[in-house]
Order: sequence, then C-alpha cells, then structure tokens
Amino acid sequence: MVLHRRIFWSMKPVSAGLALLPRTASYCHSSGRKSFDNEETHFGFERIKAHEKNEKVREVFDSVSSTYDIMNDAMSFGVHRLWKDIFIQRLGPTQGTRLLDVAGGTGDIAFRFLKYLKNKECSENNALGVKSNVTVCDINEAMLNVGRSRSKSLSWIDSSDISWVQGDAEKLPLNSDSYCAYTIAFGIRNVTHIERVLEEAYRVLKPGGRFMCLEFSHVHNPYLQWLYDQYSFQIIPVMGQVIAGEWKPYQYLVESIRQFPNQEDFKHMIQCAGFQHITHENLSFGVVAIHSAFKL
Amino acid sequence: MASYLQRLLTTCVVIPRRSMVIQNCAERKETGTDFKSDFLRSHIETTSLQKILLACGSAIMSLYSPMRGDMIAIMGETAGTSAMKYMLEKMKISQEGQEILKIRPRINSKTVNLPQLANLPEGTLGKTYVNFLNKNNVTPDSRLQVQFVDDIELAYVIQRYREVHDLVHAILNMPTNMLGEVTVKWVEAFQTRLPMCIGGAVFGAMRLSPKQRKLYVASYLPWAIQTGTTSSFLMNVFFEKRWDQPVNDLLQELNIQPMKT
Repeated sequence: MVLHRRIFWSMKPVSAGLALLPRTASYCHSSGRKSFDNEETHFGFERIKAHEKNEKVREVFDSVSSTYDIMNDAMSFGVHRLWKDIFIQRLGPTQGTRLLDVAGGTGDIAFRFLKYLKNKECSENNALGVKSNVTVCDINEAMLNVGRSRSKSLSWIDSSDISWVQGDAEKLPLNSDSYCAYTIAFGIRNVTHIERVLEEAYRVLKPGGRFMCLEFSHVHNPYLQWLYDQYSFQIIPVMGQVIAGEWKPYQYLVESIRQFPNQEDFKHMIQCAGFQHITHENLSFGVVAIHSAFKL
Repeated sequence: MASYLQRLLTTCVVIPRRSMVIQNCAERKETGTDFKSDFLRSHIETTSLQKILLACGSAIMSLYSPMRGDMIAIMGETAGTSAMKYMLEKMKISQEGQEILKIRPRINSKTVNLPQLANLPEGTLGKTYVNFLNKNNVTPDSRLQVQFVDDIELAYVIQRYREVHDLVHAILNMPTNMLGEVTVKWVEAFQTRLPMCIGGAVFGAMRLSPKQRKLYVASYLPWAIQTGTTSSFLMNVFFEKRWDQPVNDLLQELNIQPMKT
C-alpha cells in the first residue's frame, strides 16, 4: 500500500480492520450516469420515482431548517454534539487542510473543523501560517442560510475561511482533485443514489485525500434495537410535532435511517467507489457509525 | 388478562409502519371544501401512547408558548375524545345538527362568499361576521385541518368546532383579545366539555392584566357561565343557512342575553 507523501491529518486509530480489496470486486455495481424515468427508490418506507426524491427531500429540509438544530438537540438529548466532536477528532485535520463538507447546511461540522484547527494553532506553533478552509455544500438553500447566519454570529470565525455553496452531492459543482478531506454528516442517507455521491467524493478528493462519513447505522443488539425502534417511531415524530410543529418530516427521518445500508454494506459501497483503507467505528452501540476511507 | 395485555401492547406500542408520505406542495394543499378528502389526506395514524404524549406535550407547549395555536388545536384533538363523542350525540338528536353532520359544510374563504356577506344589512349574522373578521384582522382560513382524530365523524365535529369559533365570537360580541378569548372559552367549555376549552379558560385567565381581571370577575365570567349553561347548543346552528338572519333574533332563539357593558 502506497500512501501519498503529504499527510493532511494525523492518523487517529479506528477500531475496524483494513479493506484492501481491488476496485473491480465482483459485487460492485456500476452506477453509470444513466437514470431511467421509471427507476424507483425509497423515501422512508414509501417507494417513489427516483427523480422525485430530490424534491421531496428538499421539501423536508425546507420545513425543518429553522428548527433543525433545536430538534437535533431534543431528539438526541444533545448527544449529536458528542458524535460530531468525535467525528472531527477522528478526522484530526492539520493546518492547511482544505475540507469539503457536503450536506453540511447549518455548519455543525464546518465550525467544529475550524475550532479544532484554531485550538491546535494555539497549542502548536503554526510557523508557516498555512491557512485551512472549508467549503460547505448543501442542496438546500434554507439550510445554508441558517449556516451563514450562525457563522456571522460566531465572532471567532474568519469569514474567508468558510464558503457556502449550493449543490447536489451526486453532481458537485466543484473541480476534481481539489480537496484534502471530504466529510458528510447525517446527509448521505437522504440522497437518491449513494453510489454516485461516493463517486463524486472520490472525484473531488486529491490523491491521498480522506473520505469520512458520519451517519445513522444499525444497532445489532436486538433488545437495544427494540428500544431504539420504539423511541424512533413513537417519540420522535411526537417531538417533531410539539417542538417544530411538523410530524411528517420527522417520520420520514426515522424511516430513512432504517432504509440506509448497515455498516458492512456501506463499507462495500465505499470500496466500489474506489476508496481504500476503509474502516468503520460504531458510536452509541451502532446508533451512528463513522466510516473512513482514502483515495490512494 | 393475557388478551387484555396483548390488546394494550398492540394499541400502545405497535409502531405504525405505513410511511407518512411527504406530498409535494400541490398535493398537500387541502381542498377546503370536501371534508372527507381533506381528512384522508391529512390524517396521521398514531398509537395510544403517541396520543397521550401528544396530549401532554401540546398542553405543556400551549402553556409555555400560548401563541402556538397548533398546540392548542392538537390538545383539542388528542385530549377531547369523550367530549367529541358528547358533541356528536348532541348534534345527532337535533334536526339542524343532523343536517350539518350529513352535509359536513366547511367555513373558509372558498366556501363562504365574504364579499356577498359584506353587502348584507347591518345587524344580520353575515354582516356581523364580516365586520368581526375585518375589525379583528382575522381570516376564516386560519383553522388547521384535523390530523390526529381517527374516526371521521368525530374528526368532523372537532373541525366544525374550530371553524365556527369565530362565528361564536361574532354573535357573542367578544373581541379576540385575551379577555374576549377567555370568555368565549368558558362558554365553549360548558357547551362542548373539551378539556382544551377548560384549560384555555382557566390558564388564559391567569394572563389577564389587572384591569382586564377586574372586568372579568365583575361581569365577563358570570355572564360566560350563565350563557354557557343556559343557551342552546351552538354546534347545532347551521350558520351558513342563516346569514341574513338578524343577530338579535338568533340570540333570542338560542336563549343568549347579550352582555351588559
């Protein structure tokens, strides 16, 4: 295995093993770029036409954007903050990292990335004064607007370090080989074609670049799974109605978690996109998982 | 015992697995005219546990944020099943009530010709209603569609209760300020027995200003109690067929004495 010489992050250990299978493994499907009018996909537990999914997901996030952060805190009892803190620690960026955060509308990952580097700058001597920056890309303008206004209210942020771009994760309006790291947190389960998103991630990353995904995953313990199901389906839509005034978007959110591939299946999908050194780590008994991979 | 537990578990805990479809904007918009199709479009299946949580959550949120009209509405839907059944029975024993239940009329800007009502003579129900809407800057389109009531008949009763609320305000000559709302809530509490009305009347009164509280204790509350307990059942009034009826005649028919100010 040959690693690119310039290391853009400190390599934090993750618990799962290596996966160095060749790209042309037989179980990889070619995503192609052709889509058919009658192609179907899931939207929560419903089956819909694939070309309708983007619009339906856009409507979900239009309706939740103003209360997105409050609801995240309420639904996870604030634990989502810990998951995201751990995610950035696992990424372990160094000075000079160019990060692309996809589906990162309200800026949680971007702000943590910049804070991590700022704290690192204070503790280390950044003699070269190399600047890092983050591009936040989201398909939903309402979510980006929330991120922009949050950014303005944070005095420690230099606005030149962060840029906000509206774009589709399946077809990024960005140049190839241009980012050191690509992150997607709680976004990939909402896309129509996961494999296209992974291919786009591979395209925009520089050789040696790192892909990281934080996403809801599968709880393997059957008792915990039952509890998790009860909480998800009984409580979360009620919370959505009471706090945010919306039931249906939160019903969709809990259904979409069940439709997402489990840890191993998602690892294979990442591999099919060409990534190597794929690992995953469970957090909170598998409620969320961090997948990490490299473009080598 | 075992079958009881099984039923309890099923109703409280079995998760409704049918997907809640997020319809696009064109589909999500209610017709506003046909109650059955609006009901089917808006209905959300819930377990007993979810209904209990919604009732408690909406009650707490209503106290915390009284401007959340949707919370007050949901409290009405989830905590008022026995009251809805009571209202339905009262409507079924009245001829006018039966007609309303059969036709299921709606009150909004699509079904009510507001410009036409504005041309009616002063003192008529229609003109009084339009004057009320204009003076208080309210619209008949602000009423939420029922979502959490499973039985269509009961759902219509609560929908009708919502949609005639402004008409009740208008004929009782009560403004939409806190004092007026609390007074109407008391009348509705006695008439409908909805917990939401009782709660609104009790807790709403706590938010009155000192000046309003004086008026409330001296005249509004006694009048509301008398009106609520002695007047005819307001849900049995087919308002849409009485637009040109003088309000004074209607009040006499309903055994309502206007409040002496």
